[in-house]
Amino acid sequence: MNYRAVVIGVSAGGMSALGEILPRLPVDFSLPVIIVQHISPQSDNYMIKHFNGISEITVKEADEKETALPGHAYFAPPNYHLLVEEDFTFSLSVENRVNYSRPSIDVLFESAIDAYCSSLIGIILTGANNDGSKGLKKIKDCGGLTIVQDPKTAEVPAMPEAAIKLSKPDYVLKLKDIAPFLVNLVSKK
Amino acid sequence: MVVPVKNDLELLKENENIEIELFLQTIFMKYGYDFRNYGKAHIKRRIRHRLSVSGFQTVCEMIHKLLYDPVFYQEVLQDLSITVTEMFRDPTFYQAIRTEVVPLLKTYPFIKIWHAGCATGEEVYSMAILLREEGLLKRTQIYATDFNQLALQKARSGIFPIDRIKEFTQNYQKSGGKASFSDYYNARYESVILNESLKENIVFADHNLVTDGVFGEMNMVVCRNVMIYFDKDLQNKVIRLFYESLIPGGFLCLGSKESLRFSEHSEKFDHTSEKEKIYRKKFSE
Ligand SMILES: C[S@@+](CC[C@H](N)C(=O)[O-])C[C@H]1O[C@@H](n2cnc3c(N)ncnc32)[C@H](O)[C@@H]1O
Repeated sequence: MNYRAVVIGVSAGGMSALGEILPRLPVDFSLPVIIVQHISPQSDNYMIKHFNGISEITVKEADEKETALPGHAYFAPPNYHLLVEEDFTFSLSVENRVNYSRPSIDVLFESAIDAYCSSLIGIILTGANNDGSKGLKKIKDCGGLTIVQDPKTAEVPAMPEAAIKLSKPDYVLKLKDIAPFLVNLVSKK
Repeated sequence: MVVPVKNDLELLKENENIEIELFLQTIFMKYGYDFRNYGKAHIKRRIRHRLSVSGFQTVCEMIHKLLYDPVFYQEVLQDLSITVTEMFRDPTFYQAIRTEVVPLLKTYPFIKIWHAGCATGEEVYSMAILLREEGLLKRTQIYATDFNQLALQKARSGIFPIDRIKEFTQNYQKSGGKASFSDYYNARYESVILNESLKENIVFADHNLVTDGVFGEMNMVVCRNVMIYFDKDLQNKVIRLFYESLIPGGFLCLGSKESLRFSEHSEKFDHTSEKEKIYRKKFSE
């Protein structure tokens, strides 16, 4: 299978969870990684700077109309929904919160399915609500690859638990196994 | 041979895209509103939402209703125009207006400002409050436009739900507000009513950025979180409209995640505040 993008949804506990993944992707990681992390509307870009500093891939906030590129990780800006267009560029929206969240994981996942179809990898990590479950289920239904962090290894297990229940993901992985799994999967093709 | 599921899905996707094109084409031909150059992901999301609450099976079925039922069209219009807004959204933007723009506006005897895509008016009233505190409101004419009449009606009323006041007050304070926010409104039951005097210099008007023309001789155009819904071509077209509406040295203010960086008109503007997306039309091309 030729995968073309990874989408990640993460909420409470995301800082350390993403710290186990982003810095462990090699500089030539051949897929864009597109992330919705629930954060407060007023957050500055400290988290992005931090991850960019400790990762080989380029970590940045997704700019409106920017094209998603391999070797890059993109974060949804605070207080905006992030969507992927069919030409793999980003769109932003200030639409109402979805699942009490803006950015919302479901909004990203659903648009990413339209863009990448079955060549999409969806991942749900630690968090305290159920945003992303529906989106992950749709990725599964469309033939994409679905991964959920093992709730036992999650700082807050509610979000991975909800995702497992609704979507019966292809893989439930320990946090520390997720990055090696992705690297292996992508380099194998 | 077994046809893989994926092909069915691809077929569905292709058909959905065609149906959505036809849906937008119908809106344009029937009602004159042109959404054909809006970002597709957003449009698709909103049309799917309408489909899911409509009881229809396909977008095609909705096209018939769209043609024969103007009330249904009004609902669709509300779906497609996201009117979510707040007072003093992005407080640092208003700080930058105070420190970077107001001193230059003060040099003009008369000031014209255009808020394009003003939604329910929160942004316009925020600017009016700022201008009053800076002693400029009396010599300012504000044009506040949107293509959504329902939103404009609310904007004209100057009445907002009381449960948003806490957030607005915090924003106001962070924005460098000089008074107490409660000076600007009266609370009534579930609502707050903004002071009538804030409205004196504001004209609310119906204007569609895609199909309508320039507003002349503006000192400042504020268009925030509207063009994020447009594709690149339409963005360029609308930025040209703003360019033509501005006097030389006039300001263009975009939303905090928008920029002129990728626009074909970026050379025609200077940066007044790169961070707050405040641009200034050059004096000569
Ligand atoms: C998200 S609101 C922005 C409100 C405010 N400027 C802010 O930033 O808080 C977007 C507004 O743009 C309006 N809009 C969208 N397309 C438009 C068009 N073609 N012409 C005029 N207004 C439009 C919508 O009706 C909506 O009220």
